[in-house]
Amino acid sequence: MPILGIIASQDYTRITSSYESIASATGTGSSGTITFSSIPATYSHLQIRCTARSSSVLSTEYIIIRLNNDTTANYIYHGVEGNGTAASAFVSTGETAGFGTEVTGAGATSNVMGTAIIDISDYASTNKNKTIRHFGGDDTNGGGLIGIRSNLWLNTSAINRIDIISYRAANWTTTSTFALYGIRGS
Amino acid sequence: MASTYEKIATNTLSSAQSSITFSSIPSTYTDLVLISNAAVSSGAAQMLCRLNSDTGSNYSFTRLGGDGSTTESSRASSVSYMQITWFGYLTTTINQAGIANFMNYSNSTTNKTVLTRSNNAGNGVGSNVNLWRSTSAINTILLYPDASTFATGSTFTLYGIKAA
Repeated sequence: MPILGIIASQDYTRITSSYESIASATGTGSSGTITFSSIPATYSHLQIRCTARSSSVLSTEYIIIRLNNDTTANYIYHGVEGNGTAASAFVSTGETAGFGTEVTGAGATSNVMGTAIIDISDYASTNKNKTIRHFGGDDTNGGGLIGIRSNLWLNTSAINRIDIISYRAANWTTTSTFALYGIRGS
Repeated sequence: MASTYEKIATNTLSSAQSSITFSSIPSTYTDLVLISNAAVSSGAAQMLCRLNSDTGSNYSFTRLGGDGSTTESSRASSVSYMQITWFGYLTTTINQAGIANFMNYSNSTTNKTVLTRSNNAGNGVGSNVNLWRSTSAINTILLYPDASTFATGSTFTLYGIKAA
């Protein structure tokens, strides 16, 4: 049972028997929030893999990440993205949630989903702030966005809850899937 | 909990080949991950991909890359292939490392999106998001360079990830 995604995606040496499914969820069509709660502290890192589309009338949607239900301005993010025409970079501080990559809304071509792979390093630590890495995007055959983003949560608490929220306050479709994995360090 | 990241197949080339194919891919996983460490026999090339032997113009992609002095984003629409590499393309030295994520590959409701990262320390790095406009479950992955052939020693490994 080889490998783990965060390691593989960075081309490091592979580790065996260390990547486990914790939980998964499917969009309901009536909520814009997916919650993974009571996350055990027994892993070294977490990874979320998702395909997502929302009910927003727009063609674009974004994934928002909130940790431990902290709604205060404790989040910072940086990003680099390409929209098919140009590359750009950005930063924002004092945010109330982490900002992820683009997926699709109902305004996009039917059945086209955005995807994201989200890594949360050393999530169970109690002596360091937490960093999230996003890699994701969508292509709609003529539109779309590819991006990488990092989020910083200015809090040293162990992460025990993750909310995946629609930026446009829309609902995740029933074709949206979200899976949480744990990665062991030893 | 059971381990959920499993090797499905691996292919190390003992001679140059124009393409490689992973076929009869089981539908029992949630995502597929393809890891490559590859080169071409001459010149330079991008690694392209087709799914389920579909040669129609049912693919498109948006890409982002950089080479140390330039960043670039562009796209292709209604083409007959996906693009796995970009600035991290294939050269005659095996220093290309790539990863392609075939997300929710076995569902039969949505079109398929494939996220890729390509790295070549001698040239640059790139990321692509590819779309295959088909709701079919993916059961075959064809990889080929857009010039030359895959060089001897190139490795390609396909993994499956299974969600709870």
